Amino acid sequence: MPQKTVIEAIREGMDEEMARDPSVFLIGEDVGQRGGVFLASDGLYKKYGEYRVIDSPLAESCIVGVAIGAAINGMRPIAEIQFADFIAPAMNQIIEEAARFCYRTAGDFNLPMVIRAPWGGGVHGALYHSQSIEATFAHIPGLKVVAPGTPADAKGLLKAAVRDPDPVLFLEHKRTYRLVKGEVPDGDGVVPIGKADVKREGKDLSLIAYGLMLTYCLEVAEKLAADGISAEVLDLRTIKPIDQAAIVATAKKTGKVLVVHEDTRFAGIAAEVMAIIMEHAFDALDAPLMRLTGPDVPAMPFNHVLEEAFMPNVDRILAKAKELAAY
Amino acid sequence: MASVKMPQLGESITEGTISKWLKQPGDQVKKYEGLVEVITDKVNAEVPAPLAGVLKEIKVKEGTTVTVGTEIAVIEESMAASQAATPSAPASQPSKPVVAAKGAEVPARAAAAAERTEGRARLSPAVRALIEEHRISDAELSGISGSGIGGRISKKDIEDYVAKRAQPAAANGEQRQRGAEAPPRPAGVAAVPGTPVPLSPMRRAIASNMVRSKQTIPHAWTVAEVDMSNVVRFRQQARDGFKQKEGIDLTFVPIIVKAVVEGLKAVPILNASWSDDGVVMHKDINIGVAVSVEDGLIVPVIHQADRLSIAGLAKVADDLAKRARAGALTIPDVQGATFTVNNPGTFGTILSYSIIASPQAGILAMDAIVKRPVVVDGDAIAVRSMMNLCLSFDHRVLDGVSAARFLQGVRRWLEGFSEQIPVY
Repeated sequence: MPQKTVIEAIREGMDEEMARDPSVFLIGEDVGQRGGVFLASDGLYKKYGEYRVIDSPLAESCIVGVAIGAAINGMRPIAEIQFADFIAPAMNQIIEEAARFCYRTAGDFNLPMVIRAPWGGGVHGALYHSQSIEATFAHIPGLKVVAPGTPADAKGLLKAAVRDPDPVLFLEHKRTYRLVKGEVPDGDGVVPIGKADVKREGKDLSLIAYGLMLTYCLEVAEKLAADGISAEVLDLRTIKPIDQAAIVATAKKTGKVLVVHEDTRFAGIAAEVMAIIMEHAFDALDAPLMRLTGPDVPAMPFNHVLEEAFMPNVDRILAKAKELAAY
Repeated sequence: MASVKMPQLGESITEGTISKWLKQPGDQVKKYEGLVEVITDKVNAEVPAPLAGVLKEIKVKEGTTVTVGTEIAVIEESMAASQAATPSAPASQPSKPVVAAKGAEVPARAAAAAERTEGRARLSPAVRALIEEHRISDAELSGISGSGIGGRISKKDIEDYVAKRAQPAAANGEQRQRGAEAPPRPAGVAAVPGTPVPLSPMRRAIASNMVRSKQTIPHAWTVAEVDMSNVVRFRQQARDGFKQKEGIDLTFVPIIVKAVVEGLKAVPILNASWSDDGVVMHKDINIGVAVSVEDGLIVPVIHQADRLSIAGLAKVADDLAKRARAGALTIPDVQGATFTVNNPGTFGTILSYSIIASPQAGILAMDAIVKRPVVVDGDAIAVRSMMNLCLSFDHRVLDGVSAARFLQGVRRWLEGFSEQIPVY
């Protein structure tokens, strides 16, 4: 299988879906002639033309609103928010309209649409180019939230998101775009939404993560193995609907769980994962559930020392994992 | 929370039955206060509370039989009791100024110690589940050293322990299998299968005691013939009066026990126990008297038998026998014997080879008193009431000469019995 980067996998995924289904189109800021700021849609404008790869105004509420209208009328739009940090102006469209449309119409209308948003820090992007938004949107009933961490999952989940009958917020960690490489199966390779994936088997403790933190956790597991500690790494992949069975299974298997995310701590995804474990795997626990997250401060700082302090990294995850292993 | 377990009420007792709960959940209990009545195959006993607190939960219902070590109740320690332990902590802090320079370390160490003890008591759900699953006793648990922070026992520690524990068991299993295959059935002999009768706890206890005793003690056996005519005559005369006065039958047992006590005083090496460090000479003479009960045997003890008259021995022996048959013996009643008297003669036997009750040095069997023609002084033949006294003794502790001297002493005392010997 060929090795690809995350950004290549996403580009391929969009390309293949647009080729497969003429109702699929892309709309967003600079996605057309420029091919997107990260070049996610590089070449697609040339291939599919201005009616299927649409350069939008700098107005996120417009991008999402147009996508909603198109979806109601039988299209399958992919709306790109240039940076997840910019999604706030579109929140009314996403929460009040997209998420509730099926519910509001008693199931008469579905909104088959994808909102792609590059998220996360570690790229010296500072306040407006580094945020994590998954917890905010995962809280909204009616939305699906996906956050792949590998090229294969990015492509497979993007395909699943395009084909899904409901609105899917598709989060692409921008640090993984060119950092993370991996084999991507040729052909369709759809990865189902709602299924977590054990990326590494282990028995002493479980690391649960998604996005960039998955890459870090796999590196940590490798270092732990050198110390004789066998760590299992569970990649959530989909944040909502969350794969409760996989979370409970790994917790029951190891009895020790560390959840890692770079999003801020309070009411974060880790809190939800820990609550699921407490409800369904308490009897299997051998240590208090632990989490390592970004701090509860307004946004990622620009100063690289402070950015380092904000982001969980391999050293800090390793230290926390060792603390858990030693408990 | 502290768990109360079925105690081991005496040697070789493997299980007990809850007869009555003296406290109910929610009741305050004082330390050593009676908590529950337990019946075992030997005795009935009141089990005291191991600590002060509130009885939280009764785990075993009345009438239920459980093995020794099974949790039967949970007591929540009272605050007063747990607080009482803490004030001692500051006392251990060093007061010397030299050490005070390291003052900062002291609270840290104390905190670490506190965490350690706390962590020790607190087991994670996973560990608790494993303990339950593999039926790990508290005794076993206390032997497991925790590898977690502050000595905490982790899931891995238990798994390692279980794996280790399983090894010898597997080896035994193999042996059993080999054993089962070993005896080939003789060709042509039709085996008639029997039905095994389930072993009662008492049967089991007797079996293990007998095997242990017979395998560890080199038994030697010797017999003396005693002319009991004087004793028989005395008993016939005194019997009715004694019955009227004391309300009990005057049997041969207290008289024999008296003779044995005199014999032990003369040959104290028989009132002793073997140990690898030396023969332990007992100060008290405590005589166990074997009593046959339904489905087995109990040996209650006449403590300090040397301080009792024949009447006193009769009273104690009668009381013990009655309580033994009623299942009402207490733990002290069956403990501490230094020598045992067995009375198979009541069932007509004339020569008995008794097994010594370890760690005693001897057991004397009194066989049936039968009238026989014997040659008496002046070469005359007379009819006499004769009895055999059979002594099994631990040949590690003493030799035949001492055993014979003891038997001769007992014989002379019994043959010389007369009204002059005080009953009281």
